[in-house]
Amino acid sequence: MSVSTKHPHFNSGSNSGFNFAYLDEQTKRSIRRALLKAVAIPGHQIPFSSREMPMSYGWGTGGIQITAAIIGQNDVLKVIDQGADDTTNAVNIRRFFRKVCAVETTEETARATLIQTRHRIPETPLQEGQILVYQVPIPEPLRWLEPSTVESRKMHALEEYGPIYVKLYEDITRYGHIATGYDYPVIVEDRYLMSPSPIPRFDNPKMHLNPALQLFGAGREKRIYAVPPYTRVKSLDFEDYPFRVEHWNQPCELCGSTESFLDEVLIDDRGGRMWICSDTDYCQQQRRKK
Amino acid sequence: MQSIQPILQVDHLSKSFGVIPACDGVSFDLYSGQVLGIVGESGSGKSTLLKAIAHYITVDEGSIIYRNRQEQYLKIQELAEYQRRWLMRTEWGFVQQNPRDGLRMQVSAGANIGERLLDIGMRNYGQIRQEAIRWLQEVEIDPDRLDDLPTTFSGGMQQRLQLARVLVTRPQLILMDEPTGGLDVSVQARLLDLLRSLVRNFNLSVILVTHDIGVVRLLAHRLLVMQQGKVVESGLTDQVLDDPQHPYTQLLVSAALTP
Repeated sequence: MSVSTKHPHFNSGSNSGFNFAYLDEQTKRSIRRALLKAVAIPGHQIPFSSREMPMSYGWGTGGIQITAAIIGQNDVLKVIDQGADDTTNAVNIRRFFRKVCAVETTEETARATLIQTRHRIPETPLQEGQILVYQVPIPEPLRWLEPSTVESRKMHALEEYGPIYVKLYEDITRYGHIATGYDYPVIVEDRYLMSPSPIPRFDNPKMHLNPALQLFGAGREKRIYAVPPYTRVKSLDFEDYPFRVEHWNQPCELCGSTESFLDEVLIDDRGGRMWICSDTDYCQQQRRKK
Repeated sequence: MQSIQPILQVDHLSKSFGVIPACDGVSFDLYSGQVLGIVGESGSGKSTLLKAIAHYITVDEGSIIYRNRQEQYLKIQELAEYQRRWLMRTEWGFVQQNPRDGLRMQVSAGANIGERLLDIGMRNYGQIRQEAIRWLQEVEIDPDRLDDLPTTFSGGMQQRLQLARVLVTRPQLILMDEPTGGLDVSVQARLLDLLRSLVRNFNLSVILVTHDIGVVRLLAHRLLVMQQGKVVESGLTDQVLDDPQHPYTQLLVSAALTP
């Protein structure tokens, strides 16, 4: 018996013909198989049969397919886009899953069992049992220096990661420091070079030894990869130019946090601006504490 | 007393594309510090031979044996792919005819030289830069150009940068495919001068493929003349060029322009 028929919502006439979580069960199984492989080889890109989704590429079709493949009726879903729960992409995807699975959704990081994200890792530390699903535009960190996929896969296989440092070298030469601000490449479990998706480099250290399961889906590129719980994730650097995260000279102007990633937001048409947390849930919690 | 062993032994190397034999039973030995010139007209199989030695293409028959720094004899075809690729980035170097094929044009000269150091695991920015400066000087490029893109370099400078990029890991064996092609004569002369001193100073062994008799006369110690995939004549460069025996060599030598 398929999962969907158990749920009252899906027995109603208007939704017949739709399976629980949109994808059919065979597709979900094929994605889960790719996920299992991905977890078994941390950081290694696994091809999967990415499906057409009812939204365009670039809107997180990879992440949505992973979420659809693993979501259950008891899951509590949170969706964020650039750290915020109320931006277009987040609202759309959350509404989509509410419609096709009728699961409970939340904006609270701690309450969520499944978090789909674009461009951020929540500030609230993740716990064991939680799953973080990333939307990935370009899964191949070697893409910009090696246009041939045959060659870049060979480089992964033979662990030839010298050329990726060329980019860091150029950064230091041009700007005096490593200027790559987002999608900062990492080495997973001392083996595979991995693109962390376009999260700010501020979030890179959070991936290291994280108790949550981290899954990455690239819909257009048809690749899935994963960082299992408590896996070593090291950001690339030079001995004399160690990896550093961004820092701000001021706290968040809403909650006063000095530990979160800040966005600069325009507030009027006269050049007024303020710095606020990009993670809206975290910001609200900090304000509530006061 | 131990006799001197060649650094590279090529034995009956054959490669055909369909029914066309591009290399037909080519054999030669290359000794340390020696420059071997391979001349022949277009389509004579000289570039195929070079690519086969570098294993860019697989060969049909024959063997290539290389003596590495640890004095081990390696059969190139029997090496695992990662060993071959490692060899190409450490003890071997390939200098392309078109520097655009051998350089990364979108990154600075320093990064181009540094890449092979990064390949072999160097992770210290300061040290890589120092090495890059040193090798720019070695190939007679102003160290002030370290952070410039190769696109801003002249053709001759690009070719010298390509040399620096290859030489930075102190290779033993350099394969060159028409390194002076497309350069004007004065720039050619300067590059040849530089090559000659580099070969001497760093005890390089070089296989030099060219159609230019003048280049081999200046650089090569020994010469192979190829025609239709076969070696038709070989020997000391001066001997072959001054007293060519094979009709094709005679034609080649008489066809060369002498100013």
